[in-house]
Amino acid sequence: MATATAPSRVAAATEPRTKGKRINLGRAAAWAAMIILILITLFPFYWMLRTAFSTTKSLFTDPASLLPVDFTTGAFQRVLGLATPAEAQAEGGSGAAVNFWLYLRNSVVFATLATAGQVFFCALAAYAFARLRWPGRNIVFFLFLTALMVPPIFTMLPNFILIKNLGLINTFPGLILPYFLMTPFAIFFLRQFFLGISREIEEAAKLDGAGHWRIFFRIVLPMSTAPMVTLFILTFINMWNEYFWPLLVGGGENVRVLTLAIGIFRSQTPQGSPDWAGLMAAVLIAALPILILFFAFAKKVVNSIGFSGLK
Amino acid sequence: MSSGAVDTVEPVVAADFKRSAVRGTDKPPGRGDLGIALIFILPALIGFLVFYVYPFFRGFYFSMTRYNLLGTPQFIGLDNFTRLFQDPLFWNALLVTVEYVLINIVLQTILAVAIAVLMHRLTQSTVIRGLILLPFLISNVIAAMLWFWMLDYQIGLVNEFISFLGLDRIAFFGDSAWAIPTIAIVNVWRHMGYTALLVFAGLQMIPHYVYEAASVDGSTEWKSFWRITMPLLRPVLALVLVITVTGSFQVFDTVAVTTRGGPGNASRVIQYYIYQKGFTEGQFGYASALSVILFIILATVALIQLRMLRAGESDLA
Repeated sequence: MATATAPSRVAAATEPRTKGKRINLGRAAAWAAMIILILITLFPFYWMLRTAFSTTKSLFTDPASLLPVDFTTGAFQRVLGLATPAEAQAEGGSGAAVNFWLYLRNSVVFATLATAGQVFFCALAAYAFARLRWPGRNIVFFLFLTALMVPPIFTMLPNFILIKNLGLINTFPGLILPYFLMTPFAIFFLRQFFLGISREIEEAAKLDGAGHWRIFFRIVLPMSTAPMVTLFILTFINMWNEYFWPLLVGGGENVRVLTLAIGIFRSQTPQGSPDWAGLMAAVLIAALPILILFFAFAKKVVNSIGFSGLK
Repeated sequence: MSSGAVDTVEPVVAADFKRSAVRGTDKPPGRGDLGIALIFILPALIGFLVFYVYPFFRGFYFSMTRYNLLGTPQFIGLDNFTRLFQDPLFWNALLVTVEYVLINIVLQTILAVAIAVLMHRLTQSTVIRGLILLPFLISNVIAAMLWFWMLDYQIGLVNEFISFLGLDRIAFFGDSAWAIPTIAIVNVWRHMGYTALLVFAGLQMIPHYVYEAASVDGSTEWKSFWRITMPLLRPVLALVLVITVTGSFQVFDTVAVTTRGGPGNASRVIQYYIYQKGFTEGQFGYASALSVILFIILATVALIQLRMLRAGESDLA
């Protein structure tokens, strides 16, 4: 996709345009608008943080304070199960046990396995589409792509029946299987990169007697680590954030993922109003792995968003 | 899955269909690699057949059955569809969804184009692009919870501000007139940065000399935006709209964790209605029929959009 070509295009477009020219009012206004939009984007994150470090009870006394009210890490302790029920209730929590670590583990297992399987098997398929010659290749590839046009819910309903009939409701295989073997997007994404790898290296390897397995594992994969990593991150984020499919097949405590657990956490409302500090702490911890992953690979993710065939 | 607009962090692929198929045919396929190719493709092919093709046809079949998830599906022909057209809740769901899509898409597109153009004219900073993308990385559920808190009636920050201005507090999620606009705006917040990056990618395909020529001719930024940027951006915008609109029609997560369709039927969007019919009321056949209708609507909307916006033809020939 755009990842391979974007950097050069960006570089070409980056030459300073109005450097040294007079600072005009329009430009200042444009920056002001930009900054406001960035603030709208970021402020809710700050509010999440501010609330998570407050005491739920005190939030009522000072709801508009920009700083945490009655600064405490109690909400995090509560969510992570480090506080006793009495302590939790004193700060406005529900006192009910939250198996947050279990849900975190479930999210990690679900997202990691689904992503790893998908990236690996799609890399195999993408190689066959990009580098091997076989009759029907383009037709099969086109059929794969048409699956992108079908709204997910349309296939998820029958998939639920399938998983149910297989007896896999509330199991990790049931959660993971529909994502494990392929998504049309992943195949498309990797095929684009494999098409770009020089054939000469491959031909040389062939002369040395290397088969396609060797070429795939020793040449193509090592040369494609960048797109593989990008795809892995994009897929992992999507899996981590998935809600609908786990709602259908993974409601059980033993496989419940974080997105699902947060919805349930919010409905445990003491005194008619949710444990806001606890909820924000939970949400913050649930988002943290993705945010860390993003900050580590921000450039890759940001540059991968764009168009490919369009020119 | 799916809520708001586009729900997955993915580069847009729609445009590539034809081009890549053509590229694939450079060298005529021989028979030579068929055996090994089958092995490479086998896992993905199984996944495709079992989790895409099979459910695709099964979905149509279930839509013509009565099925409560316990017994076996009973074939009843088109009964679900005739029932559906007389179901006021279905029409309500459709109406509510369309309202959601309109508010969501109009606001989101305007903001996304604004952000993209501002970035394009001001900065190429990856940091800013990363910050703008941030809301899109957290899940719909988290975004919904965050705004559920900020928009709380009693002590939410937004209502504190509203009452500070001397206005009446608003029950954003609890008032039937506000529920849909509120959910739409929450998802605008989550998706505008991502949409902006898509538009931004499109803007970078417009060569700078066009702007330079315009400014030499005395064109203002404002004029250049309407005379150059918008016309040249049209094919990109068309694709972005097809993707965001079809995504927007499938809003679910935000509704499921905040209003649950309420108050009354005020926010019972189509996908939530499908979920309720299929999984809480045990009318799986009927839910499947609803999803067939949703599929047809989405396909139609996408086709009309592509036609109207003449996607694929660029003025930059």
